[in-house]
Amino acid sequence: MTYIPTSPHEREDMLKTIGVKSLDDLFEAVPAKHRFPELDLPPALTEMEAMAELSGLAQSNENVRGDLISFLGAGMYNHYIPSVVDHMVRRGEFYTAYTPYQPEISQGTLQAIFEYQSLMSALTGMDVSNASHYDGATATAEAVSLAYAQFRGKRKKVIMSPSVHPQYRAVVHTYAQGMGVEIAGETEADASSDSEALLSQVDDNTCLLVVQYPDFFGRVYDYTKLIEGAHAKGALVCVVANPTALAMFKSPGEMGADIVVGDGQPLGIPMWFGGPSVGFFTTRKNYVHKMAGRLVGETIDNRGQRAYVLTLTAREQHIKRERATSNICTNQGLLALATAIYLSVLGKKGLQQVANLCYQKAHYAARELTKISGYRLPHHEPFFHEFVLECPGPAANINEHLLEHGILGGYDLGQDFPERKNHLLIAVTEMNSKADIDVLAEVLLEMNND
Amino acid sequence: MIKDASTAGLSPQKPAGQASAVSTSSPKIVEPTIFDLSSPGRIGVTMPASDVPETALPPKHLLRSELPLPELAEVDVVRHYMHLSKFNYSVDSGYYPLGSCTMKYNPKINEDTCRLPGFLFTHPLQPTETVQGNLVVMYQLQEWLKEISGFAGMTLQPAAGAQGEFTGVLIMRAYHQSRGDMNRTKMLIPDAAHGTNPASVGMMGMTVVTIPSDSRGNVDLQALEAACDDTVVGMMLTNPNTLGLFDENIEKVVALVHGCGGLMYGDGANMNAMLGIVRPGDLGFDVMHFNLHKTFSVPHGGGGPGVGPVGVAAHLVDFLPEPLVGKLEEGDDDTAPLFGFVKPAKSIGRMKAFHGHFGGGFVRSFTYIAMHGPDGLKDIAQYAVLNANYLLARVRHTYRIPFDRICMHEFVAEGQFEGSDVRALDISKRLMDYNFHPPTNYFPLIVREALMIEPTETENKDTLDAFADALIKIAEEAKTQPELLHNAPSTTQFGRMDEVKAARELVLCCWLPEGYDLNA
Repeated sequence: MTYIPTSPHEREDMLKTIGVKSLDDLFEAVPAKHRFPELDLPPALTEMEAMAELSGLAQSNENVRGDLISFLGAGMYNHYIPSVVDHMVRRGEFYTAYTPYQPEISQGTLQAIFEYQSLMSALTGMDVSNASHYDGATATAEAVSLAYAQFRGKRKKVIMSPSVHPQYRAVVHTYAQGMGVEIAGETEADASSDSEALLSQVDDNTCLLVVQYPDFFGRVYDYTKLIEGAHAKGALVCVVANPTALAMFKSPGEMGADIVVGDGQPLGIPMWFGGPSVGFFTTRKNYVHKMAGRLVGETIDNRGQRAYVLTLTAREQHIKRERATSNICTNQGLLALATAIYLSVLGKKGLQQVANLCYQKAHYAARELTKISGYRLPHHEPFFHEFVLECPGPAANINEHLLEHGILGGYDLGQDFPERKNHLLIAVTEMNSKADIDVLAEVLLEMNND
Repeated sequence: MIKDASTAGLSPQKPAGQASAVSTSSPKIVEPTIFDLSSPGRIGVTMPASDVPETALPPKHLLRSELPLPELAEVDVVRHYMHLSKFNYSVDSGYYPLGSCTMKYNPKINEDTCRLPGFLFTHPLQPTETVQGNLVVMYQLQEWLKEISGFAGMTLQPAAGAQGEFTGVLIMRAYHQSRGDMNRTKMLIPDAAHGTNPASVGMMGMTVVTIPSDSRGNVDLQALEAACDDTVVGMMLTNPNTLGLFDENIEKVVALVHGCGGLMYGDGANMNAMLGIVRPGDLGFDVMHFNLHKTFSVPHGGGGPGVGPVGVAAHLVDFLPEPLVGKLEEGDDDTAPLFGFVKPAKSIGRMKAFHGHFGGGFVRSFTYIAMHGPDGLKDIAQYAVLNANYLLARVRHTYRIPFDRICMHEFVAEGQFEGSDVRALDISKRLMDYNFHPPTNYFPLIVREALMIEPTETENKDTLDAFADALIKIAEEAKTQPELLHNAPSTTQFGRMDEVKAARELVLCCWLPEGYDLNA
């Protein structure tokens, strides 16, 4: 079936007005030998059939809201999303609107993005936020571009902490091809994020130091001194932050960060097998002109009403073309809206409750799991809702066993860090009940006894 | 942390919607922000109590002292976003003839399929044997897009068209470098190209050589030939181009670029006109990105998310970003095939975390293609082109059409009239008074006062006639009552904006009102 509303009679009228005999006559500019290929695709389904097919595919997955108990995080987290979020996002006025280039008839989108910017600035403790990037990883890559542009290419080195998410580091490497940036700092795989070693690599050729908060291994550090040290050498510092953790822990803004980025998925966006989510990007006022991406600013209309417009567009690709530092021309509009609604309805207290539940349950899990012989915590730094669990054998084997019991274990760190093949990264959120955690501990205990 | 509310133009005491005197210092608030609406101690959602023994909080120096987020009840939040939604124009509420944006109707079933729990609640790092349904969706979509475009390989990973372009340019660079061909630094880009094309090239440190268009709106072959040498990376071409015209010399263009060792990049923004009409791969293109949010009905969402898969010819398959979905084991009568992730041999790397815009992108497009089949897809292109040519026929005697021939899915008119100071912007704003969204304006840059009109296939003849009538009426008004156009829109909730004030004062966020009790 199609969504074409034109009747055969109307079509003939229209062809007559145009002055051609058939629809095919409209395509004479297309080389004849390649015109109208037979596409080898399955025949069209009706809506009822499509729903049945897609339902079957969806059901063949094992999901984490019924099929599996999940302790998997590593950059994407299973959180509760209040009903109101999707009810509002499903308003056709929001999701079927275009980019708000015509502000007179786009104030809904514009004010919502302005509020998203305000919420993200408040949460990260920074001056300004853009309207969002594709995800946390590409936002990190855009931070590199900003820092590189800030020093007009004169500082060429970026120090990436080895404890930044491996996929984020991979994306930064992809983006850096052709940019002339040298990526350093990743060699000491087990280094702590706060180490002197990291700071010692920052020199007068360094434009940016990137650290994660909590780091990929779940550890929470106060980066204030590290940031001071990097600033003393003239470099900027980007903190990749988990937004839920910011409800409990000191904001990167308070620590002196220059750029704060991260993935907004924990704030009201379903995991959706990895996307789409939203990459947030906040910074200091001084860097706003170097920041990529859309930006909504407040103004008034010609009737004296407070209103909002896309502003500083001269930074963007459609004006600056090849001189733009980024080619980005979308934001994750609908997901930024979801994030704004989530933060509005949870509010200060709700988000604090979520963070506290994550913290409490993760710490309970860590205590229970380390009571089992052979399991210990290799790190002793404070953590939020994710921690490394050292196992008596390869994490891959343990995960396989857990899956047989309907448990999605943690992330097998051996996949990215060969020396950590016995390490599981365990994430616990408000979605995990005490019973879930107890089952995990029981299964691991039984595994020891088998 | 409380900032001075006056700098953000807040007036928290004022009830919603109440008019106040017009002055720049205290603008009239049509809808307060969620920060304005906040009231200390209000709660929207209550989370369950903890069911585990309590753990002490970490040391105080690690903790946050205050969290300046708003506090609202659920009903406050619903009313606020309902009010905001009413300020938006949208495809669901009216006609959106934005050139190059393909603002087609977004089928409702897509909203239901992409929210099936099996899709919503799966983690990207789950073992692949637990997410075979997701992998089938991705594998099948890869295969279908390859068939539709005539390419040998396909990555779904790029997050949007612009990231797809960047992916494509990285692949072109990697291909040349793998052959030891290190001196290619020039990208040929027609003057009608989207701004993202040169920006993608700029990100790579390559240089852009602009190729002019000829009098029929095709690539100027002489200029192209002169630019083709052994320093050319390739050419980025949108076909049909941004004038809505299919390049009549496309095979010669491809031959010239290939002749100097360059690669042909196709900007798939205008793929809606090509479905079942011609496959870019058959024309000799080497790389192309799709915009699933244009061609395959992923809603635009007020500016995103997009989805920008990239197809490549056989000689570029090894350079695709990782990971791709592959069929690891063929199935038989008793067992389903096994799907998993694979890494191409010389991959350019990873474009984003995880696997791409699965739920909001792949599932919606999968549903859409499955429901159209090969004939339905061809209908899309044919009716999109029919609608554009019909509108063109209706308005060509009123508006000058600089490149006037049979168009594809869109056309470009000049929004100016001899002896009148009315501009494309005024015409656009006046269309709002007729309850239409304006066309794309001031693009492409090679047409003066450009109005770029793309009707899409999902509009009926009555709507197209009403839109043509409005354009003709506005042309008349431009002569008789130009002030109507200069002052437009006048029937909308909001009027023209002070863009200079926005850029000069740069108020980019608001805060809780002055004196707000953060510890209530």
